[in-house]
Amino acid sequence: MLVAKDITAPHGLTPHFSLTIESGSFVGLVGPNGAGKTTLLRCLAGALTPSSGDVKVNQNPVASLTPSQRAKQIAYLPQLETAPAGYTVRDVVALGRYAHRRGLRGLSPADHAAVDDALKRMALEQIAARLVDTLSGGEYQRVRMARAFVQGAPILLLDEPVAHLDPGAATRLMGQVIRLAGPTQHTMIAALHDLNLAALYCSRLIMLDAGSIVADGAPKDVLTQSRIEAVYGEDCVVVPHPNSEVPQILMSRTEDSTR
Amino acid sequence: MAQSQVRRDPTVNRVVACGAFLAIGWLVSAILGAVVGPVSVPIDQVVAIAWGGPDAAQDPAHGAIVWSLRLPRIAMATLVGASLAAGGAALQGVFRNPLADPYVLGIASGGAFGAALVMVIFTGLGLFGPVFGGFVGAFSAAILVHSLARSAGGLSVNAVLLAGVAVGLSCSAGVSLVLVLAETQATNVLIWLMGSVGGRGWAEVSCVALLTGIGLLPLLSQARALDAFSLGEENASALGVSTERVKLITFAAVALLVAAAVSFCGLIGFVGLIVPHGVRMIVGPGHRKLLFLSAIAGAFVLVSADLCARVLLTDRELPIGVITGCLGGPFFLVLLRRSFLSAGR
Repeated sequence: MLVAKDITAPHGLTPHFSLTIESGSFVGLVGPNGAGKTTLLRCLAGALTPSSGDVKVNQNPVASLTPSQRAKQIAYLPQLETAPAGYTVRDVVALGRYAHRRGLRGLSPADHAAVDDALKRMALEQIAARLVDTLSGGEYQRVRMARAFVQGAPILLLDEPVAHLDPGAATRLMGQVIRLAGPTQHTMIAALHDLNLAALYCSRLIMLDAGSIVADGAPKDVLTQSRIEAVYGEDCVVVPHPNSEVPQILMSRTEDSTR
Repeated sequence: MAQSQVRRDPTVNRVVACGAFLAIGWLVSAILGAVVGPVSVPIDQVVAIAWGGPDAAQDPAHGAIVWSLRLPRIAMATLVGASLAAGGAALQGVFRNPLADPYVLGIASGGAFGAALVMVIFTGLGLFGPVFGGFVGAFSAAILVHSLARSAGGLSVNAVLLAGVAVGLSCSAGVSLVLVLAETQATNVLIWLMGSVGGRGWAEVSCVALLTGIGLLPLLSQARALDAFSLGEENASALGVSTERVKLITFAAVALLVAAAVSFCGLIGFVGLIVPHGVRMIVGPGHRKLLFLSAIAGAFVLVSADLCARVLLTDRELPIGVITGCLGGPFFLVLLRRSFLSAGR
């Protein structure tokens, strides 16, 4: 369980922000640019220390953990990352074992097993020996997911994992994330811009606007037409997905953007 | 799972071959360095003296030349080359900047300023005095460059280079000021600054050897953390790396290596820049092999450069910095062009 209590971040969130995430859920953070999604994720991940209040992971304050203890509890994928030149897919995934290793010895059999497993789950076995700087954006994002997974942390925090991916790659990645975490009861929190994808995959959505939570609940309760229009400032239509009934959002055509 | 039990790094053979090649290259250039000079010493005599000391020579003059003049400078070139190259490799890793090296980032100038101050003003502190001054100067320069670059734009390639230039120029101005104040010693300080691994005895060599050992070990211990740094600091931190501690250890270790090199051998540029790149092209970017092989390659390059500096002109010796600079300057421009091209994409 991940609990943020009364946190005040330097900027991006309203003061005294609180949030509780149950274990085993897949939570989507949605909201317009600048709503505070990244700031919230950074606070939860311990990358940003709130000036007051604290974030607790299973009752332990995140700020009191050493970086390596923290990495075993929380795997955090920031939004920005340039593929490093010259490293293979396998090398980069193996970096996820950093917190589990000591000294300068090579990977242990357990490390190798974890890396093999993650490569398999993210369908990276065929390209395990490729250099990461030759991969497409979607392929490298899968490499990062595999790396986060071998950290062995029960909580995954993903900042826009499908940004810049085509619809096929984005849907595939979300499916793989679900499959990755499904059997192991991971807690996952992902900042997502694509509301339709968020509705398809997340069990709970938290909508942020101007640094505070404006809605929190099941996708069908959060993604209502009036709320989306209020938060994003544009007209839209909400329809149920023909297959699964989850809400899908169709934006209306805007003729005059200065309206 | 049988596959994972026998798994080897596919580059292991290449790493071993590269290491063997560099070690043999170093040995050949070291032997040549002891054989060649105004007085040629037969190779069997060189081996005998290196093994048994100056008294093992058939000709006492050979013993004196090889033992007191040529072997110390070969040892010095070995240590300084290893220090500068491993230091450059570590700095390139920490800053994720292909152009980083102790000279480009002003760390060597900081060391020179500190060492010069001690040499001219706080005299009488013995062998370690200038090293201490050099360490304080080099470490302060590294910390200053890091904090300046961070406040100017998050350790981008350009911000780091600009901060390095600013700190380097300020320290060079400081060195000039010390030169003016030095008056009687100015010539000595100037000659020292031009860079040479020669003219030092075994006492100085032992001192540098000790400091190089103390500096290289913590640097090598950061190898895995530096691999994680290649993903960016926030990602490295998320993987469990104590990023601030890694930077502090790296800066302190590099400052110690640079201080030892600069206070005994002056400013020898570009070794820390070229050597890690060459090694990386052959064995890839993994820092365990990169740091280790860069140290061997740096020793090889500097011993060879010193040999060239001694024998290229028949009537006098070239400063070793001239040799490394002639090789390194064009190389730096190629790297600069490449990094601007990739940044523009």
